[in-house]
Amino acid sequence: MSSTISVNNVNRIYSDAEGNKVNALYNVDLDIRPGEFISIIGPSGCGKTTLLRLIAGLDKPQSGELTIDGSRINDVSPERGYVFQQGGLFPWLNVENNIAYGLKARKVYKKNKDKISRYISMVGLDGFEKSYPHQISGGMAQRVAIARALINEPKALLLDEPMGALDSFTRADLQDKILELWKENGITMILVTHDIDEAIYLSDRIVIMTPRPGKISKIIDVDLPRPRHRGGSEFLSMRKSILEHFELAQAQPQPEYMI
Amino acid sequence: MNGQIALKGSLRNSAEKEKPTAEKKAKWGYRHNGYYALKALLTISGFVAAIIINIVFPQKAAVEFKTYVINALGLSVTLNINDAYIFVLVALILIFTGAGIVSLKDKEKRKKFCKAAAFRFALGIALAVWDIGGTKLQVFAQPFFPGPAQVIEAYLADGEYVVQNTLYSLRLYAAGFSSGVLLGVGTGILIGWFPKVYYWVFPILKITGVVPAVAWMPFALTLLPNSFTAAVFLIVICAWFQIAFLTAQGIQSTPKQNYEAARILGSSQLGLIFNVAIPHAMPDIFTGISSANAMAFTTLVMSEMLGQPGGLGYYINQSKVWSAYYKVLAAIVIMAVLFSLINYLIGRIRKRALRWQEGVLKK
Repeated sequence: MSSTISVNNVNRIYSDAEGNKVNALYNVDLDIRPGEFISIIGPSGCGKTTLLRLIAGLDKPQSGELTIDGSRINDVSPERGYVFQQGGLFPWLNVENNIAYGLKARKVYKKNKDKISRYISMVGLDGFEKSYPHQISGGMAQRVAIARALINEPKALLLDEPMGALDSFTRADLQDKILELWKENGITMILVTHDIDEAIYLSDRIVIMTPRPGKISKIIDVDLPRPRHRGGSEFLSMRKSILEHFELAQAQPQPEYMI
Repeated sequence: MNGQIALKGSLRNSAEKEKPTAEKKAKWGYRHNGYYALKALLTISGFVAAIIINIVFPQKAAVEFKTYVINALGLSVTLNINDAYIFVLVALILIFTGAGIVSLKDKEKRKKFCKAAAFRFALGIALAVWDIGGTKLQVFAQPFFPGPAQVIEAYLADGEYVVQNTLYSLRLYAAGFSSGVLLGVGTGILIGWFPKVYYWVFPILKITGVVPAVAWMPFALTLLPNSFTAAVFLIVICAWFQIAFLTAQGIQSTPKQNYEAARILGSSQLGLIFNVAIPHAMPDIFTGISSANAMAFTTLVMSEMLGQPGGLGYYINQSKVWSAYYKVLAAIVIMAVLFSLINYLIGRIRKRALRWQEGVLKK
């Protein structure tokens, strides 16, 4: 069900308001293995969201190419699910219909109707089927967004700081949920975050990016056994080394970390 | 029973708070049966007072109380206009008593009924004052402000004719406004979705939209096959601009992220219009419909006054010629009731369509 995603020598240049060229991504190379949990981490402006949008097919590179299982990514596809930072749900649809959206859009609703309740249970939202997005909490809304993406049975799930707007308790809770779903569904997970702890807690590998120009400066293997202990000594030493890496590579005056 | 009432409308935790006290007597307020009975009494006492005044107060002014024979449902009833007025007051008492009984079981309706009591009482008193000033003493300027009995006389004298004109107005409104809504939403979607359509059509809409619809009347009356289609045309253009403008605005303000989410989930281009842009524009579409509705009433009545063979506006104009101001008032009363009813209906549809916006936490 999962697949290999390759990013080959990709460049993405934007023009800002003054007409200056901003190198959002500069010669980026990355191979993501099937079923891998990979986190992309870095300060604002390092191009991590740009990279995720390119993988999703929401944006196109100026040069280089992105492939999934060898075929080029040209457009969006339900096989690469996407969860936005916040507000990605359709406010006019209730939880059930938000989750059913993909089935209806792909015209496979009738055959798969029974899947909806299964995915609602999978993210632990039984009893909230008829609630509208503004009636549920931010953490619950993100669970709906995840279920909505997973019901299409994607090969990869792209998560754009899905926990960025949540309080720390809800965040820890959702992190565990995401790990559980990852194991259950056996898909590739690509998580963009600026929370170092989150990246260590969840990932197989951490991709560290730095801005101006946005590029990958280091890839760290996290070979700690799961479940990981957030206060464990190995966890803390890994966190320390990542922080040190940022300080060494400090190309920008004030990066924003979430410690 | 009180516990049940509390559970129905309110949040779960407040219902839990109510439970221990459910067995006890309800506090003084709309949940208390005695309080409710008092409010019901207040509601009808205004109208009762109006009846008493009508019977007891001496008739000083010289007013001719005509008697009409009404043939309805195979029955022939002879009715004096003053008896008809009393009949209306009794009907109001029965309606409000009925409303009180219907509202008894529902917490929200109970609250509303109690809240309306003072106003309904005042309404009864106002009718009594009107009766004294317009009929009994005739201190109001005549023939401009006749008493309530004379206004009712218009319905007795012109019954069938009034119904005919009301139906004519309704037909005009229904034909004009429904096509206006369809055209407005349709153009609004096209303008909002296609930049080319926006470029070419929007300026035209913007310039012609500020012109009051009735200004086109001379063209409408000469160029269209009959006066009915002319009036429909005027209502259509008055509704069109408002609705198209707001629909386009609603479509254009759809967040890009909603489209991206839908595309990733597998939506087609058509799906983006119908399942993302239009639902997002719904609140704006309804704002457009509500404001266009008010303008449609104006256009309707004005076009009827200026060049229609029927309708309430026509009836007003015709009655004015004969200085039959009681008939003018009768037509105004019908308009007030009819247009309020239409507004209410639109409000209900809006509430149903936009229930996702309701700020109530259900779970």
